[in-house]
Amino acid sequence: MTTIHSGLRKSVATLGKPRKATYWVLAIFVLGSLFPFYWSFLVASRDNGMLTEPVPPILPGGNFFANASRVFDTVPFWKALANSVIVSGTVTLTTVLFSSLAGFAFAKLRFRGKNGLFVFIVVTLAVPTQLGIIPLFIAMSKLGWAGGLQSVIVPNLVTAFGVFWMRQYTVDALPYELIEAARVDGCSMIRIFWNVCLPAVRPAAAILAMFTFMMSWNDFLWPLVVLDAGNPTVQVALEKLQSGYYVDYSLVLAGTTLATIPILIVFLLLGRQIVAGIMQGAVKG
Amino acid sequence: MTVIDKIAPEGSKAGERTSPRPTFRHKLSRWDVKVSPYLYIAPFFIVFGIVGLFPLLYTAYVSLFKWEAGDDNPVFIGFDNFKELFADSQFWNALTNTISIFLLSSIPQLIIAMLLAALLGSRLRGATGWRVGILLPYAASLVSIGIIFANLFGPKYGLINDVLQLIGLDPVDWQASRFGSHVAIAIMVNWRWTGYNALIVLAAMQAIPKELHEAALIDGAGMWRRFTAVTLPLLKPTLIFVTITSTIGGLQIFTEPKLFDAMPGSNNGGSSNQFQTVTLYLYQSAFENYNLGYASAIAWVLFVIIVIIALVNFLLTGRLARTPAVKKK
Repeated sequence: MTTIHSGLRKSVATLGKPRKATYWVLAIFVLGSLFPFYWSFLVASRDNGMLTEPVPPILPGGNFFANASRVFDTVPFWKALANSVIVSGTVTLTTVLFSSLAGFAFAKLRFRGKNGLFVFIVVTLAVPTQLGIIPLFIAMSKLGWAGGLQSVIVPNLVTAFGVFWMRQYTVDALPYELIEAARVDGCSMIRIFWNVCLPAVRPAAAILAMFTFMMSWNDFLWPLVVLDAGNPTVQVALEKLQSGYYVDYSLVLAGTTLATIPILIVFLLLGRQIVAGIMQGAVKG
Repeated sequence: MTVIDKIAPEGSKAGERTSPRPTFRHKLSRWDVKVSPYLYIAPFFIVFGIVGLFPLLYTAYVSLFKWEAGDDNPVFIGFDNFKELFADSQFWNALTNTISIFLLSSIPQLIIAMLLAALLGSRLRGATGWRVGILLPYAASLVSIGIIFANLFGPKYGLINDVLQLIGLDPVDWQASRFGSHVAIAIMVNWRWTGYNALIVLAAMQAIPKELHEAALIDGAGMWRRFTAVTLPLLKPTLIFVTITSTIGGLQIFTEPKLFDAMPGSNNGGSSNQFQTVTLYLYQSAFENYNLGYASAIAWVLFVIIVIIALVNFLLTGRLARTPAVKKK
């Protein structure tokens, strides 16, 4: 009997302890995650001849900078990079600001119709905005915005997800006592938001900022519809790079490498927070 | 900040100072309290009105016209676009492709995501590092992925075919064959989203109390039994959430098939539309054939399909209504 008991106790203690195989399987998945990035750099750092070799080389060659500079000759890549930074930066700033404001209102302020309006926002999460591209395109053309960066920025100024996310966080992060104390001190609402609420919800705002930036940087369909080849974002420029009659893969993959490196660096630096953000959102949502 | 009013008179509510007569500041403050919330939530409703609600309704309007891009005099034709659409074999083909690609991607993705979550949930050394590694593809842009995978799956010099030949199998013409192209596109989708979904499932798994597992273990449940009897039932809401989001995303799939084409820049989805999806067909109708009315009809049918699927999910679970977000405080 005692042996069974100690055996049980042992297996309870080892519950959730990884086996060696766990590390191997995970390592294979991480390598699989990395491989396409590596492959694209491999092709980008050599020439197209490598693709016809029966056994492709394993190590990068020395042509990356030559291929990269051809990217800048073929499409207005500097402009595309600048455009992407402007669009993603603006969209991130406004989304975080407006979402925090609305989140503050929904979490902590009293007003008529609050619950109904919030349910409405949650429902709109399910409306695929992608399907609205035709009227949006017509509207942008009529406004004369088509081709301009404002046509990409304005539709993304704030998102339902952002409002939902900030509201969920603000509920717990900001005690009523703090707001009341500030009110007693004679603070206006906007000052309470700026000086009391915003500092308290900074972690959630930072995560929202990262997500928004990544999403905006990688957005494709709408910028493709509304921007032209002369004034593209990075993603649109990449597509233009690929859509010739003959695909020069060293050139195209040098482009994808150039476009991916900045966001990959950001991702590796902030990876811990991004993972935490996804997992937190999963539990709360 | 004024320190004078720090102690509010007894019995007064915070912020409503009981001064003998309403001063200008008092009125201003009450107005501030009343109006501010609406100002703070206004940006969302304005933006949603412009880019969500208006387009949805206007798409319905446009779909009733023969409306060429740049044409100022569209002709009202009632439901003709829809009639034409339902008789259009290319549309049904696109819908079949979309569903096929969706099933090929979401089913393996969910299964692998659960497996990964189970592995990531054990007490790993360097747990965060592994999680970041698994999530890496999430950072890549769809355009980059599309281009890279189109290259990897290339019929002549693609690495995948090289490997297949190396181990003695026949190369597959990934782009020309219908099933092959669906598999390749599904792999692209899975490569990007499996790690992300694994983390969502992992979060739900970690919310399961450890005692439940211990109790099951003491009752003599093996690993598989613990998984099916403890983990799986408690994961159900999360799995439904993941299914809904990937359904909505999957039905709108666009970038991957657009960039997978052997004729880059084409919107055909292959020489015989073998991997053209509904959104790609929509894009082609609107911005290649300039038939905005017809494209709007496609958009609306797709929207209705998505709503029906979401509704079915909603009715099946009834969970959305009970999420803490909607609950009254």
